[in-house]
Amino acid sequence: MSDAIFGTWEWYVAGPLLGAFVPLLLLINNRQLGISSSFMQFCSLFLPAKSQQFLQVDRQKDRWKFYFAIGIALGGFIAANFLSSEKVAFLPGKYYEMPGLLLLFCGGILIGFGTRYANGCTSGHAIMGLSLLHWPSLKATIAFFAGGLAYTYF
Amino acid sequence: MNFIYGITGVLFGIILTKSEVVSWFRIEKMFRFQEAHMYLVIASAIAVGAFSVAILKKLQLRSLQREKLNFAGKTETKGFVIGGFLFGIGWAITGACPGPIFSQIGAGVWPALVTLSGALCGVYLYSTVRSKLPH
Repeated sequence: MSDAIFGTWEWYVAGPLLGAFVPLLLLINNRQLGISSSFMQFCSLFLPAKSQQFLQVDRQKDRWKFYFAIGIALGGFIAANFLSSEKVAFLPGKYYEMPGLLLLFCGGILIGFGTRYANGCTSGHAIMGLSLLHWPSLKATIAFFAGGLAYTYF
Repeated sequence: MNFIYGITGVLFGIILTKSEVVSWFRIEKMFRFQEAHMYLVIASAIAVGAFSVAILKKLQLRSLQREKLNFAGKTETKGFVIGGFLFGIGWAITGACPGPIFSQIGAGVWPALVTLSGALCGVYLYSTVRSKLPH
């Protein structure tokens, strides 16, 4: 029993629980699951966004994602410190020093740029979009995998 | 209300972290087809999400604020494929999509702060060149 909680959660536990956030957020206040647009909330805090039309537009509507994202970080903290019997490595050692950190930064740029251009990420398109059987989101999801496969094999 | 979104996020972050979908190693094994874990997590999440949406539609449920539920999909642009592809590369490099970046940070993986900084720069870059891109 303790293994089921303090060890790695199996897919048949985690997957359905993640999927349950689709109806949960809709019922709470008509929100569609999505995370990448929270970046714009952070951007408008840290970067000179006054002149950026795009950053201004969605700020009010997506304000909740700021709190959702902060919650996710807190959830990561709780999971790693109070719900894990042993420490799990999430990144290879090379990413803790140069030039790995530079690679992470470049990867981050691609994530920020790509998710805004695609208007969604794994949660917004793959989980939320496909839950709505919205086929353009399938195109986006396939594109995510194509990009990942291209990097992995080339 | 913001407090409720925060709590919802905490639960979401715990699940992401405990199922290790925030791990670079899991993402690597997914793209190398060495492990079914990621595929099964994502597929079962979609299955439950789609099933729930079907039920919500069938029962014509409303939100707690009595609003009609928003089932509208996102408006398609050329960015779905181009931006999606770029994001996919970033996902494979960093081992994190946007949610996991935050849970990695919370879990004490400090390099994820660098990933987040990059992502914010990427968003800013996009907003700067947006008008020149095909949509």
